[in-house]
Amino acid sequence: MRRRTAGSDDHVAGVPARYVAAPASTGEAAEVLGAAAADELAVVIRGGGTKLEWGLPPRRLDLIVDTHRLTGVVEHAAGDLITVVRAGTALAALDFGPQRLALESPLPGATVGGALAANTSGPRRLLHGTARDLVIGMTVVRPDGTVTRSGGKVVKNVAGYDLGKLFTGAYGTLGLITECAFRLHPVAPAGAVVLREADGPEVGPLLAAIRAEQVVPSAVELDRPGPGPATIAVLLEGTAEGVRERAARLEKVLGGTTGDLPPWWGAYPWAPGGTGVKLTAALSRVPELLAAAPEVPVRGSAGAGVLYAAPTGDVPRTVELLRAAAVRAGGHAVVLTAPPEVRDAVDMWGPVPGLDLMRRVKDRFDPGHRFAPGRFVGGI
Amino acid sequence: MTPLEEVTAALRATLGADRVVTDRQELRTYECDGLAHHRVVPGLVVLPRDARECALTVRACARAGVPFVARGSGTGLSGGALPHAEGVLVVTSKMRDIVELAPRDERAVVEPGVINLHVTKAAAAHGYYYAPDPSSQQICSIGGNVAENSGGAHCLKYGFTANHVLGAQIVTPDGDLVELGGRAPDTPGYDLLGAFVGSEGTLGIATRVTVRLTRLPESVRTLLAAFPTTDEAGAATSAIIAAGVVPAAIEMMDALAIEAAEAAVACGYPRGAGAVLIVELDGPAAEVAAQFAQVTAMCEENGAFELRIAGDEAERALFWKGRKSAFAAVGRISPDYIVQDGVIPRTALPEVLRRIGEVSRAHGVRVANVFHAGDGNLHPLVLFDAATDGETDRAETVSGAIIDLCIEYGGSITGEHGVGTDKAKYMPRMFTGDDLETMHLLRCAFDPAGLANPGKVFPTPRLCGEVPRRHAATDPPAAAEIF
Ligand SMILES: Cc1cc2nc3c(=O)[nH]c(=O)nc-3n(C[C@H](O)[C@H](O)[C@H](O)COP(=O)(O)OP(=O)(O)OC[C@H]3O[C@@H](n4cnc5c(N)ncnc54)[C@H](O)[C@@H]3O)c2cc1C
Repeated sequence: MRRRTAGSDDHVAGVPARYVAAPASTGEAAEVLGAAAADELAVVIRGGGTKLEWGLPPRRLDLIVDTHRLTGVVEHAAGDLITVVRAGTALAALDFGPQRLALESPLPGATVGGALAANTSGPRRLLHGTARDLVIGMTVVRPDGTVTRSGGKVVKNVAGYDLGKLFTGAYGTLGLITECAFRLHPVAPAGAVVLREADGPEVGPLLAAIRAEQVVPSAVELDRPGPGPATIAVLLEGTAEGVRERAARLEKVLGGTTGDLPPWWGAYPWAPGGTGVKLTAALSRVPELLAAAPEVPVRGSAGAGVLYAAPTGDVPRTVELLRAAAVRAGGHAVVLTAPPEVRDAVDMWGPVPGLDLMRRVKDRFDPGHRFAPGRFVGGI
Repeated sequence: MTPLEEVTAALRATLGADRVVTDRQELRTYECDGLAHHRVVPGLVVLPRDARECALTVRACARAGVPFVARGSGTGLSGGALPHAEGVLVVTSKMRDIVELAPRDERAVVEPGVINLHVTKAAAAHGYYYAPDPSSQQICSIGGNVAENSGGAHCLKYGFTANHVLGAQIVTPDGDLVELGGRAPDTPGYDLLGAFVGSEGTLGIATRVTVRLTRLPESVRTLLAAFPTTDEAGAATSAIIAAGVVPAAIEMMDALAIEAAEAAVACGYPRGAGAVLIVELDGPAAEVAAQFAQVTAMCEENGAFELRIAGDEAERALFWKGRKSAFAAVGRISPDYIVQDGVIPRTALPEVLRRIGEVSRAHGVRVANVFHAGDGNLHPLVLFDAATDGETDRAETVSGAIIDLCIEYGGSITGEHGVGTDKAKYMPRMFTGDDLETMHLLRCAFDPAGLANPGKVFPTPRLCGEVPRRHAATDPPAAAEIF
């Protein structure tokens, strides 16, 4: 195992660490975390480092556990459409030939573990769901160093609590994910993209028309770079004959054209260091998110009720507007990342139902509140 | 007054006498779920009309330290809704309102007692349905589905209950009403909803559930293929998956299961079949047409001696009738039977079936096999006659040996029926003590007093203990020893 004292790059959202450890196996990770527990060290997990600026800075930090040596595909059982992957593996490095892990990261360099912990998702979430729908088993080292496994390697399995879902999206506040089993999907032999430019008032009816049509898209994405029209891009995948027919039908219904994947496909609309907000809404109310701040660049999985906004200027005011609209539309507005001055001025997470239960979960898994303290909702 | 008498008196006063069942005869009707050989007469049955009444019931239990068990339709097959003799059975059968149908949002909001199929029936007028379709869908409740994370024949393509539940209002074991998830995706915070689904009533009671509605497919095509043995049927299944086709369902039955189904519902499957496959494709018409030709060819190439293609809805229903009635049907060829539920990696199917055959012969116990072949979920039906000396024990030995095989091949002790009372004893074979302890941490977060459906899921009773005192954030330690 490698361990060293921290260097000048070893900080999390501006908070410097004292040590860095890079275990190469679940066993080594258990050893590190056991020792960290004995010394009551505050710990933050680092994968590709693409989302260390997300959430709030840790209240305290002693040790960064880096997963860059915890890499590789442990197993790919093609006939069973599953894989087991170590958490530090870069998502982009995964290649399953005629199959794919339908977990797409908007951020190049992201690791499997980081994508799970921050619960990021890409365009294909519409058809295949998000991390929670793809993870079938997980190995985690708890803050006290205990190695624990839930789920398994088969897609269908209801034995015991599905703790993989609990660790997914937990921002590393409950333990270190070391290994994951996923279900895979076959890569379709053909695909097509149908594009349609739309003015604000057209967006709602167009999204409804896509839902009503029997074309089963893999993704329905939207981009609005600023004031003015948006572009809707629909990805269809399947057999060559099927895709041709579906694309033709959709072109007709939308008055759109078949083209290539647009350059903005699957990327966040904000620049590094900018403010990024995740907006969600009930499906029919996605247009309200667009209308709330017509000048703000917005992009994302409109067909799944998820958009990302990149406010600039008076960010706290815009966040307020967006949040009010999202809440009215049955969803949430979460500031995923923001420069320090914005972070200090806004409520990053907004209202979170069930916070009391969440605190109780944290207390049981990490009684010393040493894992990513303060990074998550409600100061968890 | 005993604690239970206290609860009874309190609920009579707050909810009214008509919500409370104390008559011994009536209580007996709730003594078991679908796993009928486990029976306990509940201390008290409460029939709340809404979430508030449900919360008041649980709160009364919490105050008096009385255990409570939720029950939907009582079709569970693992003894999950087995009552507690000194406890309260909270039955959701009076909570059957579809609160809201929102096809524009592809959501429905329902009370927990709503019958699974009723959601589909209500949504069908709008061109939608509720995808998870357990064979019991005409009677089982959405609350029970949530608790068991139920699957169905079509979950190969569409996923399980967990993938179709977006939100739930629950009563915590303290008696508080809490919202988990919601109408929009990705609610911030821990995914407690994800953890709640499949928790078998041990984390609280769902009082309202938001489900996803799925667009009714444009086209559905169903194929019945007969094979000489399960080996060829298994090979055909593998070929279909390897070709990258994801059918809505691939179901298999072996000779004995077919014999039972014929005896019970005269489904008229091809004579002389050692195995049949039902393969169903659905989706856009052009897509289904292309893939259906592929699937038919693969069945033929792998030795199918007869193929039938459903020409209309009636024929399709007949194909499915044999499969969906298979559990009850074995009652026609055996006085008693155990419905087993285990999972193996699908590719191990031929080998595991051979091993099941060996175990069956070695103990002189017949096993009929029905399964969701697409995802390796086995439902062996172990046949016996309880009236014959020693047969019950032998059947249980065989049933247990099948579970051991599932574990040996890297599968699971349950794919959809849950752990409940029945399989708690197998949990340590699949999970380590640390794994179980970690699951228990979640249980303690929700239910430190252990009142919600105690004795289920976990093999041995455990206490939660206090949350360890939090250390104040002190100065960082001077020297971290290992670093
Ligand atoms: C003929 C037959 C076929 C079946 N086929 C399938 C199948 O294909 N797939 C499948 O997955 N299952 C199947 N089952 C099993 C069973 O139908 C499912 O487990 C179903 O989800 C149980 O629903 P229920 O309403 O009957 O729940 P119950 O049996 O009443 O309860 C089941 C569990 O849920 C808990 N519970 C009930 N309501 C709530 C609530 N509101 N909140 C919290 N916990 C609650 C109970 O405490 C218990 O632990 C079958 C059963 C039968 C009899």
